[in-house]
Amino acid sequence: MATELKPYMEVDFELCKGCQLCIDVCPKGVIAISDKLNSSSYHPAYYTGDGCTGCGLCFYACPEPGAIRVVKP
Amino acid sequence: MARQFMKGNDAIILGALAAGCRAYYGYPITPASEIAHAAALHFPALEGVFIQAESEVAAINMVYGTAGMGIRTMTASSSPGYSLKQEGLSYIAGAELPAVVVNIVRGGPGLGNIAPEQADYFQMTKGGGHGNYRVVALAPNSAQEMCDLTMLAFDLADKYRNPATIMADGITGQMMEVVDIPEPHPVPYDHSDWCVRGDAATRQNLVSSIYLEPEELEQHNLKLHAKYQKITQDEVRFEEYRTDDAELLIVAYGVVSRIVYSTIDQARAEGLKVGLLRPITIWPFPSEAIRRHSEKVKGILAVELSTGQMIEDVRLAVEGRCPVHFYGRCGGMVPGGKEILEQYRTIMAGGAH
Amino acid sequence: MSKVFEQPHSLYSEFERKTAGSKKTTHYCPGCGHGNVHKMIAEALDDLEIAERSVFVSPVGCSVFGYYYFNSGNFQSAHGRAAAVATGVKRANPDSVVISYQGDGDLAAIGTAETIHAANRGENITVIFINNAIYGMTGGQMAPTTMIGQRSTTTPRGRSEVDHGNPVRVCEMLATLPAPTYIERVGLGNSKQIMKARKAIRKALKIQKEGRGYSFVEILAPCPTGWKMDPPQARDHLLDTMEEIFPLGVYKDISDEREEHSWDRLSSPFEVEKRHEYLQAMKTPLDLEPIELPTDLNCKFAGFGGQGILTLGLFLAQVGMKAGHQVSWFPAYGPEMRGGTANCSVNVSRERIGAPTVEHPNVLVAMNQPSLEMFEKDIVDGGWIFVDSGICTGEPDRERLKVTMIPAAEIADKVGTPKVANVVMLGALCAATEMFPADYVKDTLKVIVKRQELVDMNLKAFDAGWEFVRKDG
Repeated sequence: MATELKPYMEVDFELCKGCQLCIDVCPKGVIAISDKLNSSSYHPAYYTGDGCTGCGLCFYACPEPGAIRVVKP
Repeated sequence: MARQFMKGNDAIILGALAAGCRAYYGYPITPASEIAHAAALHFPALEGVFIQAESEVAAINMVYGTAGMGIRTMTASSSPGYSLKQEGLSYIAGAELPAVVVNIVRGGPGLGNIAPEQADYFQMTKGGGHGNYRVVALAPNSAQEMCDLTMLAFDLADKYRNPATIMADGITGQMMEVVDIPEPHPVPYDHSDWCVRGDAATRQNLVSSIYLEPEELEQHNLKLHAKYQKITQDEVRFEEYRTDDAELLIVAYGVVSRIVYSTIDQARAEGLKVGLLRPITIWPFPSEAIRRHSEKVKGILAVELSTGQMIEDVRLAVEGRCPVHFYGRCGGMVPGGKEILEQYRTIMAGGAH
Repeated sequence: MSKVFEQPHSLYSEFERKTAGSKKTTHYCPGCGHGNVHKMIAEALDDLEIAERSVFVSPVGCSVFGYYYFNSGNFQSAHGRAAAVATGVKRANPDSVVISYQGDGDLAAIGTAETIHAANRGENITVIFINNAIYGMTGGQMAPTTMIGQRSTTTPRGRSEVDHGNPVRVCEMLATLPAPTYIERVGLGNSKQIMKARKAIRKALKIQKEGRGYSFVEILAPCPTGWKMDPPQARDHLLDTMEEIFPLGVYKDISDEREEHSWDRLSSPFEVEKRHEYLQAMKTPLDLEPIELPTDLNCKFAGFGGQGILTLGLFLAQVGMKAGHQVSWFPAYGPEMRGGTANCSVNVSRERIGAPTVEHPNVLVAMNQPSLEMFEKDIVDGGWIFVDSGICTGEPDRERLKVTMIPAAEIADKVGTPKVANVVMLGALCAATEMFPADYVKDTLKVIVKRQELVDMNLKAFDAGWEFVRKDG
């Protein structure tokens, strides 16, 4: 039995500026803010690991071109 | 040889067409408007671009856009309009774009009047806008030269990736003379190494004058400076008339030089040894030639339609080697032959100005 | 169907042109709207397959560094001038896809004229207008779109209608113009708005790609730094406050009515042979027929505006040109040409002409009294003077000058119209000076009189002037 591929989003820890807009727009509430700082001193967002539907809204809400990637298999 | 009897202003467009200029952007202003009229007639007929822009500022920025595409383009105006174009000229020089800009100078300052003057000399030869830059400035004195020097301006602009300008006056622009129709020649520049054409080959190019880091901007300025030095070395043009044994050298350009031709002949008939050096490029200025003369003549007389602008460059060239006299009229007053002749007589008789 | 949302190819994967900070992040502040819009534009360029042809114009403002990011041809332009630069770009190559990306200060304050007129010409470009109601780059000053009551560094007490005017609504203004094809205002306040903005940007670029004309998308965008808010607060503020002043929606869309390529312009390459033929056709159609002159002619022609003074000068100059001499014609130009007095100087010279202005004429034609009074004294001794005796009351000095008193206007009227009084004068001038034979001049007139139906009238006028002198002389 093949493993079912699930949609997911990923945040580049170094490219995120911690604006939290992705968290605001996520319909499933599956993005959170890290308590760690990246090298630019921002608290980046991260995917909590479950529940992403691959809708892409976080991608468009994110002002950084390369910070968010969403895969919907 | 095909010839046309035409206005100096029209001859500019004749030269532009022969030089392969494909786009003209302009705004109406007396006494330069005939240039726009001619462009409006001829450019679309050759499937080129003519736009009457909403302002002088818009016109020069359209030129910036087309020049950045590596295509020959120009604009023309008269003094107050030329002032407005300074911002764009600074950007064009900063981004190292080839473009031709014509100024048919009128009386100033402010609104002044529409009569001929040469009081834009500083603005034309010292940069004019903000920053360290120079523009090539050519000063025709006949309808034929309005045509020929416009063609030269396009070549120099391309050769150095720098604005090249024409400084003429209301008389040279408005008068009609016979012009030999020039032969168009192919444009020997491709520019695909720097221009943006909206195609795959030039996709990675950038037209810009912004250098955020002081180190980079200094380097850019030094590069420009080296270019200007090369232009100064290689592109000086001037005409001499009866200077061989001259004891008094007249320096005059544009329409004033036309009056001086006649007065020199009259002076010679009286036994006064007078000759003319006419700058054809007012930037780069023929400093070296004037310096050479300053070692032999008894004096130099600068004649201008201003209260004294070019004379500063003459003095810098002479460096005190001989007396430098000045005669100028302004506000649209053009000196008559008689009054210029009187200056020669006074100076030659030992009178100092 | 699998789908990956990621950085579009029309943005560089690494921002090599960026001079400070990471080469993988933008220079924009956290929560700034520019980045979202950059992504959406780039995505549309990818999807419409126009990236290769695209040219991005970034003027002064926070987005002046657009060229750090866009993998397209790039122009940086002066503050406010993007629409003019974009015009110059597009007209030079109508196949290019041109994006003028401007902020509110740039587009609606210092560049208002360029904005309106590019729209009014229907330039086939796409203008993306980022409206965040503040000057970001220069430090949070009042923008033309700053709202009433909004504090900025130049409205520390809040923008007031009386002191600072009201926010400018650009879409509403541009929508009054006939030429623009598509004008829409969108926002970045929430996901629904963002997805609408994405659609609007694609539509605008598609319109340009298809040559349907001018497209304009205004995007209400947050400036958390300028507004002194955190990014989520700024988005809420946009929804709560900005939308009310700047209602979202389509203000104009006639894209369906516009044919494909109906707003493409021509720009043909420079072809030497074609130009050669075109220029040769401009020549003055006078074959050289040399005539020697005993003396140069330095003429002053003067009279009322409307008497054909300038044309008289042109005729004589062209006769001189045909005869193989140096010629110049110079009008006293300006307002005096329009109804007042007019005069021109003409030189026909065997050698190079010095001054094109004539200080001391040897020929004066005076067609009104003021001209006679003004110029008679300047004539050289022994010179010719021609006076319209029906109009002028004065008498020239017959001792000093060769005088022809001729009622030119009356003679012309008898020929058919007083308008050819100038050609009557030309006939008299040629007869008295004996420099050019009558047939020679008349052959020239046949060529240079522009309106062919007036040629006969002109020839009769010439003959009448010529005969008046010969009969009297």
